[in-house]
Amino acid sequence: MFGIGEFLTRTRGRGRLDPTDILTYLYLTLGTILMFLPVAWLVLSSFKTPAALLRFPPDLLPYAQRMVMVEGYDQPLPLFNVRMPDGSTRQMAQVRRVGIEAQMVDPANPDEIVRVNIADREEVREIRLAWENYIEPLQRFNFLVYLRNSVVVTVSATLITLIINSMAAFALSKYQFRGADLIFIVILSTLMIPISVILVPVFLVITGVGWNNNLLGVIVPGAATPTGVFLLRQYMLTIPDELLASARIDGASEWRVYWQIVMPLAAPALAVLAIFSVMWRWNDFLWPLIVLSRSELFTLQVGLAAFQGELNVQWHYVLAMTVLTLLPITLVFAILQRFITTGIATTGMK
Amino acid sequence: MTTRSQPALPPERLTLGAFLGRIFFSIYSGLMTAVELVIDPIQRVIGVNRMAYFFVLPNLLIFGIFVLFPMVLNIYYSFTGGVNLFPQNRPFVGLANFQQIFSCANFLDPNSCREDRFWRGLYNTAFYVVFQVGGMVAFSMLTAVVLNRSILGRGFFRSVFFYPVLLSPVVVAMIWKWILQRDGLINAMLVSLGMERIVFFLHANWAVFWVIFISIWAQMGFYTLILLAGLQSIPRELYEAAEMDGAHRLQSFRHITLPLWAPTLLVVLVLSVIRAVQVFDQVWVLTGGGPGTATLYVVQYIYETAFANQIQQFGLASAASVILGVILLILTLFQLRIGRQSDIA
Repeated sequence: MFGIGEFLTRTRGRGRLDPTDILTYLYLTLGTILMFLPVAWLVLSSFKTPAALLRFPPDLLPYAQRMVMVEGYDQPLPLFNVRMPDGSTRQMAQVRRVGIEAQMVDPANPDEIVRVNIADREEVREIRLAWENYIEPLQRFNFLVYLRNSVVVTVSATLITLIINSMAAFALSKYQFRGADLIFIVILSTLMIPISVILVPVFLVITGVGWNNNLLGVIVPGAATPTGVFLLRQYMLTIPDELLASARIDGASEWRVYWQIVMPLAAPALAVLAIFSVMWRWNDFLWPLIVLSRSELFTLQVGLAAFQGELNVQWHYVLAMTVLTLLPITLVFAILQRFITTGIATTGMK
Repeated sequence: MTTRSQPALPPERLTLGAFLGRIFFSIYSGLMTAVELVIDPIQRVIGVNRMAYFFVLPNLLIFGIFVLFPMVLNIYYSFTGGVNLFPQNRPFVGLANFQQIFSCANFLDPNSCREDRFWRGLYNTAFYVVFQVGGMVAFSMLTAVVLNRSILGRGFFRSVFFYPVLLSPVVVAMIWKWILQRDGLINAMLVSLGMERIVFFLHANWAVFWVIFISIWAQMGFYTLILLAGLQSIPRELYEAAEMDGAHRLQSFRHITLPLWAPTLLVVLVLSVIRAVQVFDQVWVLTGGGPGTATLYVVQYIYETAFANQIQQFGLASAASVILGVILLILTLFQLRIGRQSDIA
């Protein structure tokens, strides 16, 4: 057994803890708080009732006033701690409020109504998760449609990107053909050209093709990513040509060489590209904003931005929908986090 | 089928992951075999060597239609006027769009320009690029150095700093809008410290500060990862040798770490500058460019000029895009040149 002190001052290999280690952990702790607190605060807030959201200073946890059913009343009534004229405190439910006077009723004795000054009563509060923040907007607004659109765009765009990028990378890494260098240089040189520089003409092409207000207009233009071609080509260069040659001797066609030999061997690079692509597509905002103007085609990001513009005061809905928007990508990250961070750090940079 | 003879494995347990993997692979194999029926005849017709063109074609088509062609078209657009989208209906106006943008009495004073919003956007973007990239690279370097030490839970901390990178610009903007609002968390902290509440997005300086802070918060994890990978590729023996020669830690950092880190730093710098020049979505949701024009950036100007304003001035927007593209090109070439010159190692 070792003590807590020994555990806390334990380091990897070097024996004792020195001052720079303390600074290191201090920095990391502060960093962790700074990185997670905003998101945690969003999640906590999204479970608060509109009344709780208005409180200042805000509570840490989602409190809501306790409601009780009282005999003779259809709706549950809010519960208060009431200071009685004789100095004692009783828990009573409020029937209605008139000016500074509240009509209260004792749940145990529903017939007698007591009038008290509103200054003499205090809410009885309990921790309660306001799930209605999530349920109501899903019923009243198009959020499930936005979600479906985002999933359609993300999944199909990622599949298209993986297939056409890997085909191109296969050609550029495993064949000698005229124009190969030119194609590679042209693709590479556009690595630096962001879509925000060519918004107008891409919009024209989309309109010309008839994909304005069509999910295809969001999916296709970004599919031929130079990053993906570059990353996959560099990875495929490390696959030995002998493997391909022996497969060809065994009678495999070029297509079979591609899908049965090269693709499985390039799986790590494909996985990194898939993660990148999912991230880009799920989070994409400017381009869908331009292409999609009909609300039933909005992706989650565009929908959320429009939603917060319309409902600036309805924070309880906006916060809940924001949590829903970040949830899928957070889950993927939680499951794959080690793979993602090492993947981007190693394969992404080679 | 296993090549290892021992230890005797228990009868194979089918985990969910393996199960899904098998399903995925059989679907993949089925589809690819089906596609083979179409593609193998093509190979018989065009021959093995020309199959390369076949493989490169789909990517090249989409790339050509949606990236290369628009790039050329963008330049043409910048010389046309009118409000029609299709080029055959757009009159050729020569340099008029550029003249409109460059008609300034004094280039340092956006008020004196006809397109004052473009110049405000440009200056705001320049300011943003300098401080956002500067701050972010500094914090990313510091974090990478810290994470490179032998610490417990390195994987965990690496993920912590990376997590915000995954969040969309809209989500990031919403998170911080909520924290920074009048009755928000930051103001609660200020009040509990005995200070006055601040409505941050009504003050130009605060708005600019938070816009830069938030984008550093959201992006630094990515660059930290790349910088950390760069640090880890430096051979440990170098440090051990330096230590034996009596070098101080700071000396090792100055003479070993920095020079060997330089190529990675350059990549990070190029990537983050390109990203910063395009700043738009997060800020647009957060401040809408305000207060006034304090956080109006060039891409917002382009977006509004082409798509959001009553009169859609595609020509003017294209001209602004061309200028932005040229700036990006110059910046990138400049950085690469500096990188080559200082690349002593």
